[in-house]
Amino acid sequence: MTLTDKIPNETSALEGARQSLMAVLARADRDELAAILDRLGPVPPVTDLRQPETGLVMLRGRTGGEGAPFNLGEATVSRAAVRIASGEVGFCYRLGRDVHAARAAAILDALWQDGQRRGAVEAALAPVRARLAAEEGQVRSETAATKVDFFTLVRGED
Amino acid sequence: MSVQTLAAGFQDNVLESQSVFRAAMDAMARPGRVVPLVCALAPPAPLNAEAAALVLALCDYETPLWLDARLAAEPAVAEFLRFHTGAAIVAEPMAARFALVAEPLEMPEFSAFAPGTPDYPDASVTLILQVSGFAGAGWALQGPGIKGETRFGAAPLPHDFTARMAANRALFPLGVDLLLAGAGGVVGLPRSVTVREG
Amino acid sequence: MYVAAKGGEKAIRHAHALLAKRRRGKTNLPSITLQQIAGQLTLAVDRVMAEGSLYDTELAALAVKQARGDLIEAIFLIRAFRTTLPRFGATIPLDTAQMLVRRRVSATYKDLPGGQLLGPTFDYTHRLLDTSLGVERECSEVDDQASAADASRLPSEPVAMPRVTDLLGQEGLIEASPEDTGEEPFDITRAPVSFPVDRSTRLQTLARGDEGYLLALGYSTQRGYARSHPFVGEIRFGDVEVMFEAPELGFAVSLGRVQVTECQMVNQFKGSAEVPPQFTRGYGLVFGQCERKAMSMALVERALRWKELGEEPGAPAQDEEFVLSHCDNVQATGFVEHLKLPHYVDFQAELDLVRRMRAEHEAQMKEAAE
Repeated sequence: MTLTDKIPNETSALEGARQSLMAVLARADRDELAAILDRLGPVPPVTDLRQPETGLVMLRGRTGGEGAPFNLGEATVSRAAVRIASGEVGFCYRLGRDVHAARAAAILDALWQDGQRRGAVEAALAPVRARLAAEEGQVRSETAATKVDFFTLVRGED
Repeated sequence: MSVQTLAAGFQDNVLESQSVFRAAMDAMARPGRVVPLVCALAPPAPLNAEAAALVLALCDYETPLWLDARLAAEPAVAEFLRFHTGAAIVAEPMAARFALVAEPLEMPEFSAFAPGTPDYPDASVTLILQVSGFAGAGWALQGPGIKGETRFGAAPLPHDFTARMAANRALFPLGVDLLLAGAGGVVGLPRSVTVREG
Repeated sequence: MYVAAKGGEKAIRHAHALLAKRRRGKTNLPSITLQQIAGQLTLAVDRVMAEGSLYDTELAALAVKQARGDLIEAIFLIRAFRTTLPRFGATIPLDTAQMLVRRRVSATYKDLPGGQLLGPTFDYTHRLLDTSLGVERECSEVDDQASAADASRLPSEPVAMPRVTDLLGQEGLIEASPEDTGEEPFDITRAPVSFPVDRSTRLQTLARGDEGYLLALGYSTQRGYARSHPFVGEIRFGDVEVMFEAPELGFAVSLGRVQVTECQMVNQFKGSAEVPPQFTRGYGLVFGQCERKAMSMALVERALRWKELGEEPGAPAQDEEFVLSHCDNVQATGFVEHLKLPHYVDFQAELDLVRRMRAEHEAQMKEAAE
């Protein structure tokens, strides 16, 4: 379930990479984001295009899993939009109510768009990607341990 | 969208929205009275700061917004409003819950906008008209929120303003509500107000 | 005559202080933390999120704590809180086929691709109280005889897990889901509901409906009230990615992940003039690990489709207006519990009426006796 599977072919590779970045930023925790910003510092001055805020999104499901959409229920979401002094604009939307994490993620999104800094941002983010992958792997193997192996008993002939 | 050049919204979303909301509420409660509206917004032209503040305070993702031809001609206006409010900008006046008019002299008939339904009279539009000032004493107002009669003036407004307001009053409890914004103030003309010439 | 009664402020203030004290319990014990509630009373937290209709584990844990474990009260708190936040939009529908599966079972196919994964389930436990849980110990509650060592050798790579209904669909043995026409689904939190309603409205209402109520109705369908021969095609629980198209971005972004439980109930259908015999389906989707609720939802959802499938009406679970109007426990509790609030004036009027009727009755009796 990687994000890149969901991107239509025509979408540029850059956009795909940014989607992947934003997906990780949405799941990184507040301390991780702060540590990454520290490591990348000094960060150019930041202007808030819109005050970081918490709101809701309506999560939708599909009838029968694949049919017409319906409204399942809401989730809290925090968002931020910032502009850094070099001109890049960064956004963040992430589940939960942590506006500080949202703002930090938006700053990282802006820094990443500066070609000169992209490599450094990705490198700083690598441990978070690794943590998420490890956690996912652990869920998979723990779950796999509960897989049922059926023994078929053969009775009679043939 | 050119987010690189996007103008800023409220500095303090909560406090500024509250004070603008309060001004709009006072204006609606006291039809014809100019309620001061102080804000530091610098929206893209031809959107004025007062109208922008009202839209930022009142509109959100669930209030479709219609822009008149003059505002629609400047893409920066729609970008600014969409970014800060999340409101969908609609082309069909009837679909709008708020309509923003920069040029009241050229605006469509009130009947082009949603007047609500008998079950849900609140499902109607609020028209925000940009005015250059509230000078003159062109009209006499009566109705809820006005003790006896009050005088009121604003420009520019449609040439057939009195007739429009009379037709709107006749629809009560349906009808459209007006907010006139500009020159540091806002005036409310809810559907319950009766407007006379002279 | 109307006599306004005023008072009780002091009593209310003291009652609230007492509530806070009772909530805290004995102060020589540490206060329970939200992390403990979210981490150890997970299923209570999940239920609060599902029926509170708001996904936020931390808030749901807080609500459980504040409500002293009264889950309907906690759900009420969550519903009240959600009204204070603006809505940014609606997500792209969740793709449950792409779930990071934590549990997945099918009662219809033994050998389905991806296998049967029991996950953290109460099924097959002996329902014997484990007194060792009552003893304070450090982390030794985990039964790791089978887990850690084994798990490290098991595959951690993604395994394809197609939905059972998709497999049946390939053979044409099961009805297709209603197509996505691009139309915005109705939202019961934004517009008043008037019956009859469409399937998406039913699903939204059931998804936030009371678990106990839906369980009872689902049970009734199995006892012969709208019998539909259900099989659990599949239950899956796990993490799904939430994708959102922010207008200022112009492309979809991931907001993170949420846990949901999905139940595909497969039901027999005899066929009609237009449709050959095939399986039909009822659908359940709920926030968190709420399997009983997802199953009940799927049973009731199927029962409500009687008209569309040309079945005989008449069972309680088929009565759309009845089922949907009474499944919200916040509405229900508000209406039932308001009866304990002062009705002094109403009752005074009733009292006068009963006295008058008794006087009349007495007079009539006397007259008859004479």
